[in-house]
Amino acid sequence: MQIDLRTVSIQPQRNAFDHLVRRFGDKPASRYQEGSYDIQAAENLHYRPTWDPDQQLYDAGITRIVMRDWYALKDPRQFYYSTYTLTRARQQDTTEANFAFVESRGLADRLAPELREAVLRLLVPLRHAAWGANQNNTFVCGYGFGTAFTQPCMYHAMDNLGIAQYLSRLGMMLGDVDALDAGKAAWLDGPAWQPLRRYVEDCMVVRDPFELFVAQNAALDGLLYPLVYARIVDGELSARGASAVAMLTQFMAEWFDETRKWVDAVLKAAAAESDHNREVLQGWMAHWNDRAAAALVPVVELVLGADADEAVAAQIAAFKARIHKTEISF
Amino acid sequence: MDMKATKKKLGMKERYRVLTRDLGWEPGYQSKEAIFPYVRYEGIKVHDWDKWEDPFRLTMDAYWKYQAEKERKFYAIIDAHAQNNGHLNLTDARYLSALKIFLQAISPGEYAAHKGFARIGREFPGVGTQVACQMQAIDEIRHAQTQIHAMSNYNRYYDGFHAFADARDRIWYTSVARSFFDDAMSAGPFEFMIAIGFSFEYVLTNLLFVPFMSGAAYNGDMATVTFGFSAQSDEARHMTLGLECIKFMLEQDPDNLPIVQGWIDKWFWRGFRVLGLVSTMMDYMLPKRVMSWREAWEIYGVENGGALFRDLARYGIRPPKGWDDAEKAIDHMSHQFMLGLYQWSFGTAFHSWIPSDDDMAWLSAKYPDTFDRHYRPRWAHIKQLKAAGTPFKNYGLARLCQCCQLPCVFTEPGDPTLTCHRETVYKGEKYQFCSDGCKDIFEHEPEKYIQAWLPMPALFSELGGDVAAWMDWVSLRDGADNGDYDGSRDQRHFDEWRGLATSNL
Repeated sequence: MQIDLRTVSIQPQRNAFDHLVRRFGDKPASRYQEGSYDIQAAENLHYRPTWDPDQQLYDAGITRIVMRDWYALKDPRQFYYSTYTLTRARQQDTTEANFAFVESRGLADRLAPELREAVLRLLVPLRHAAWGANQNNTFVCGYGFGTAFTQPCMYHAMDNLGIAQYLSRLGMMLGDVDALDAGKAAWLDGPAWQPLRRYVEDCMVVRDPFELFVAQNAALDGLLYPLVYARIVDGELSARGASAVAMLTQFMAEWFDETRKWVDAVLKAAAAESDHNREVLQGWMAHWNDRAAAALVPVVELVLGADADEAVAAQIAAFKARIHKTEISF
Repeated sequence: MDMKATKKKLGMKERYRVLTRDLGWEPGYQSKEAIFPYVRYEGIKVHDWDKWEDPFRLTMDAYWKYQAEKERKFYAIIDAHAQNNGHLNLTDARYLSALKIFLQAISPGEYAAHKGFARIGREFPGVGTQVACQMQAIDEIRHAQTQIHAMSNYNRYYDGFHAFADARDRIWYTSVARSFFDDAMSAGPFEFMIAIGFSFEYVLTNLLFVPFMSGAAYNGDMATVTFGFSAQSDEARHMTLGLECIKFMLEQDPDNLPIVQGWIDKWFWRGFRVLGLVSTMMDYMLPKRVMSWREAWEIYGVENGGALFRDLARYGIRPPKGWDDAEKAIDHMSHQFMLGLYQWSFGTAFHSWIPSDDDMAWLSAKYPDTFDRHYRPRWAHIKQLKAAGTPFKNYGLARLCQCCQLPCVFTEPGDPTLTCHRETVYKGEKYQFCSDGCKDIFEHEPEKYIQAWLPMPALFSELGGDVAAWMDWVSLRDGADNGDYDGSRDQRHFDEWRGLATSNL
C-alpha cells in the first residue's frame, strides 16, 4: 500500500504575506491580491526624477484627486496579468473566427458600395483615436499612483492598441491599404474629424493622471463606443445590411461593456472618498463631456446625417445616468 | 467586382508598419514639445524616428494568444507544485535564501521596470519604439506577479518571505537593488533605456537568470524554474529591444556617442554591483551548485560581453570603464559578500551559514588562487568561534557606499589584503564609496546621489539605534527570519517534513 504522506500533517506556518494579512485579515490571499496590493515601492525613495525634480518617483500629489489609500481603487474584474491575458485570448479567438467567417463568405465584398464607403469613412479614422487612447492609458499607468489603479490602465492601453489594429484590419478587408491612407488623411485634414483630433491631442498634454483617466476612459469613450458601435454599427448599419461589419466590431462592443464596469468602480471609489474629490471629478466630467459631445457630433453625422444631434443627445443622457450612479453629477 | 483580386498583398514588415507605426500622426493642435516634454534634455539627438527598426513584430492578437498559452502552463505547474508539496523536493532548505533575496530585492525591480517602461512607452515620440516599450511594460508586471505567485507557496511554509513588501522599502540590503532601479527611473527616457533595456537586460541578465534558473533546476525548485522558463521568451524580446535601442541612438547622431558611452560605463558598474549578490548565491547558497561565479563570468561576461562590445566597436563604443576592475574582483567577491552576510545575519530576512568542509573543498577547487589563501582561514576562525559557543556577530553597522549602497567590504583591485575605500567631499559633506567606479558615478551627478536614502544612518536618525525597534520596523522576526541556518526553524521544519514524506515514522 502506498501511503501518501505528502498530504499529511505538514502545517502551513502562515496564510499570506504580511501586507495582505494587514489589509484582508489572516487568511489565504487571492492571486489578484498578491499581484496588485502594495507592490509599488512606497517609502524611502532614493532620488527625485531628473525629468521633473518637483515630483517624487511615485507621486500621489501630481493629481488633484486625493486618496488616503490608492489601493481602494480596485478593479471589479480582478484582472492581473494572467486573468487579463486569458480573457483577451478567448475574445481574440472569437474575433479571429469572425474575421475568417466574413472573409471566407465574401461578406465584405457583398456590401453595397455606399454602405462600404460609410463604414470606411466612420471606422478607419477611429484607429488613430484608439492610438491616442493607448497613449493616454499608458501615461496613466506610468504616472498614476498605486498598482490597483495603474495596472488595469496598462491592460487598457494594450486593448486600445488591439482595437486600433482590429480597425486597421477591418479597413484593409473592406477597402485596401488605400482605405487606411484615406482614413488617415481624413483624420489629419477632414473637417469632421478635427474636433475629435483636437480633443485627443489636448488630452496628450494633460499630465494629471486622474484627469486624463476621466477625459479618455469616461468622457470620450463613454460616448464614442456606444454611439459608434452600438447605435451606428449594430443599429443603423446592420439595419441597412451591414451586419457583417458588426461581426468585425463585436470585440469593441463587448470590450466596452466589460471595461465600463471598471471605469465606474474607479470613479465611484474616488468620489466616495471625499467631497473634494467629488467636486474635482464633477468639474472634469462636465468640462470633458461637453467637449467630447461636441467633438463627436460631426463624426456621427458622417453616417447619421441630420439625426446626429438627436443620437448624441440621447447618448449624453444615457451617459449622465450611468455616471450619476457613481455619485458624480454634472 | 472581385475585391480580393485587386488587393495589395502586404509583406510581414509592411503589414506590421500599417498596424502600428501608421497609427501615429504629426500633431497639429499641440506641439511635439508639449506632448513629449522629456525627450530632449538628456542631449540625445534623434533626427528620424522612422529609422527605428522594430525588433520584433508582434501585434496584440498574437501577443494575447502566445502569452495566454504560457500563462496556462505556468499556473498549471505552480498549482501542482503547491498541491503536491513540491517544496519537499528541494535539495535542502538552505537553497531558499537565494529565493528570499530574489523576492525582496529583484521582484520589486521587475515592477519598477514595468512602471519605467510604461513611462518611456509614452515619452518616446516614435510609434515603433513606444509599442515595443509598452509590450515590455506589460511583460514586466507579468514577471513581478509570476514571481510573487510562484513564491507565495514557499511563504506558507518557510520564514523570510512574509514581509517582502516591507523589506523592499526598509531593510538595508534591498536598498542596493532598489537604488539601482530608482536611479534608472529618475533618469531620462534614453538613459533608462540604456540602464534597463541595455545594461541590465542585455549585458547582465544572463548572469542573473541563467545561473538562477539553472540553480533552481539543480536544486529541485520547479516553481522557480517554471517562472524562469516562462519569462525567457519575453526576455528574448527585451534583449532585442535593448540592443536595437542602443544602435538606434548611435546611428542617429555622432554626438550621441560620448553620452551613450558614459551611460554604459555607469550602468555596467551599477549592474555589476547589484549582481554581486548572485555570485554569493552561486558559490555559497545553492546546496547543489551549477557552476562557480568565476565560470559563469567567463561564459556570460567575458565571452558574451566581449562579443557584444566587439560588435559595438564599429560605432566607436569601447568596453565599459569598470571592466578590468570587475575582472579583478571576480575571484574575491562571493567570499567577501558571504562573510559580510554571515556576520550581519542578525539583520537579514534570510539565513546564511558557515560552509561545510565539502563546500570549502569545492571552493578551493574553483578558486585555487584565492580561497585557501584569503578566505578559508577566515571561515576556519569563524567556525572555531561558533564551536566555542561565541559565534561571530557584528552588531556594528556597516559603512555603506553612497552610490551602490553595499557595505564597503570589497578589496582593492590589485590587493586582496586591503579594503577598498574611497571618499569625496561635496558641498562640505563627506561621502564614502566602495570603489572607484561608484565614486566616479557620484562625481558625475552629485546632486542626484546626495539624495540617496541610506538605511544604516536611518536606523540611527529614525530609531535611535534600537535594533529591536528596527526589526519591528522592517518586519523582521528575530530568531525566525534571520541568523544562521544551522538551528533555524526552516532547517527544523524542512528536515521534519521531508522525514514525513520519505520515511514511515
